[in-house]
Amino acid sequence: MAAMIEVNGLCKRFGTIQAVDNVSFQVARGEVLGFLGPNGAGKSTTMKIIMGFLEPDSGTTRLEGFYIQNQPIAARRNVGYMPEGAPSYHEMTPHGFLGFIAGIRGFSGSEAKDRIAMAATQTQLGSVLYQPIDTLSRGFKRRVGLAQALLHDPDILILDEPTDGLDPNQKHEVRSLIQEMAADKAIIISTHILEEVDAVCTRAMIISRGRIVANGTPDELESRSKRHMGVSVTATRETCQQLVDDLNALDGVADVELDSRGLFVKPSGGSDIIDLIRILVRQRGLSVADIRIERGRLEDVFRDVTIPSATGDGL
Amino acid sequence: MNLTWILFRREFLSYFATPVAYVFIVFFLGLLGAMTFFMGSFFERGQADLAPFFAFHTWLYLLLIPAISMRLWSDERKTGTIELLLTLPVSATQAVIAKFLAAWAFAAIAVALTFPFWITVNYLGEPDNGVIVAGYIGSLVMVGAYLSIGSCLSSASKNQVIAFVLAVLVSLLFTVSGTPLVLELVSSWAPTQVIDVIAGLSFIANFDAISKGVLDLVNLIYFLSVMALFLFINVILVNLLKAR
Repeated sequence: MAAMIEVNGLCKRFGTIQAVDNVSFQVARGEVLGFLGPNGAGKSTTMKIIMGFLEPDSGTTRLEGFYIQNQPIAARRNVGYMPEGAPSYHEMTPHGFLGFIAGIRGFSGSEAKDRIAMAATQTQLGSVLYQPIDTLSRGFKRRVGLAQALLHDPDILILDEPTDGLDPNQKHEVRSLIQEMAADKAIIISTHILEEVDAVCTRAMIISRGRIVANGTPDELESRSKRHMGVSVTATRETCQQLVDDLNALDGVADVELDSRGLFVKPSGGSDIIDLIRILVRQRGLSVADIRIERGRLEDVFRDVTIPSATGDGL
Repeated sequence: MNLTWILFRREFLSYFATPVAYVFIVFFLGLLGAMTFFMGSFFERGQADLAPFFAFHTWLYLLLIPAISMRLWSDERKTGTIELLLTLPVSATQAVIAKFLAAWAFAAIAVALTFPFWITVNYLGEPDNGVIVAGYIGSLVMVGAYLSIGSCLSSASKNQVIAFVLAVLVSLLFTVSGTPLVLELVSSWAPTQVIDVIAGLSFIANFDAISKGVLDLVNLIYFLSVMALFLFINVILVNLLKAR
């Protein structure tokens, strides 16, 4: 399927800081791309460049085939964008604000009314529709920004931290909403909440100091974790200590670490060691609470690729 | 055009969303009334015209119009809504023009609310209403010129106070450039052509010409050119500074 968002070799420098460094990627219909990265990594800057709000030093962006630099109006027509901080006109009510957006998007009369009602329902704004945005809580303000981006049911959605400032229930609602819409749209969301990537993204990209340092499905990224395919054993301290030496002697075991909940066995060469460990435990007549294979943790990968000193020889 | 209208409407209504608009109008009318009656000797002159009324417009606008225009762009930049606005399918030029027209329409309402002065002179005597109409037209285009300066400089800073001060300073230059004070300062060294140009740039001189009832195209074109120039710079500044 043809990519709806095509980003090619974007670079942007602010003074001495290389904010975006040769970023290229594509997003097709049906994909939800998660932009991950520490604060200041260049996520928002990249989004601003994609939307044509910032001029890149070099590189191009195409949205549904339109170059944002040459045909900004056409390129933006079918895109919903929620900028960083979900800005909106605070003296207006959500209803008035969405009415303004509907007008800009070319809707009038009953169609505008329907669109506003639809967006307000999707983002659960019904109860505050006629209160000044100024008086709303952070969560509602964020949802007003989200409603604005969804109003015209665009093919492309670019959302800068859509769940920031929401409580856990609201986060869940917004994630479900993104999942529902995902099938027929190309979506980019930025976040620094890692669980969000597992929950909604079909692909994740980790950006650090302006560069893409990892790009793949959440599973692929997790498999880069040091803990991937390792086995964790949950047991008491004594049991663990009895096991350590035997485990180290097992074939296919690279390392054994004691941790607060038990111990963690790191395999060497990707071999399947869980059965060997089960047998060992049974032979020794020990009781353990749980033995299971770890999927790897996105958090570890994130730390590995974004903290310079922890990178080692890289991924 | 339709988009400009939608942007205009939002901007125009935003003036009335807070008490600022009403406070401004009351302040404007009160001050203008006080100046006309006490400093302009409206009654004592014994003439049925609005000359003392129009005489103070320039000075009042110099201080009050930047107060209307200061928030136009600096507020958008400060709150980040500029990113929302300029990533919608609208151009910076449309946004600049729509905002300017909204401010102009608001100022026009304030000016229109001075109609009791007109009624008063017509009640007291038989003024030349043609001259008064010319005066109002001149006043409105001058407001537009002040607003274009204010709108332009509002995009130069995120801080409304700085935007206000800059607008007053630049407006002051345009206001006083034709006064004897300035002309004497340059006449000692500048050639006469330069002096003529500087004198011709004065808001006061151009407005005086119109408000005396001589609705000369030159004066109107002058004010319209000032608007075009500053709105043009405004678009450039918005594009240049929007993301800072």
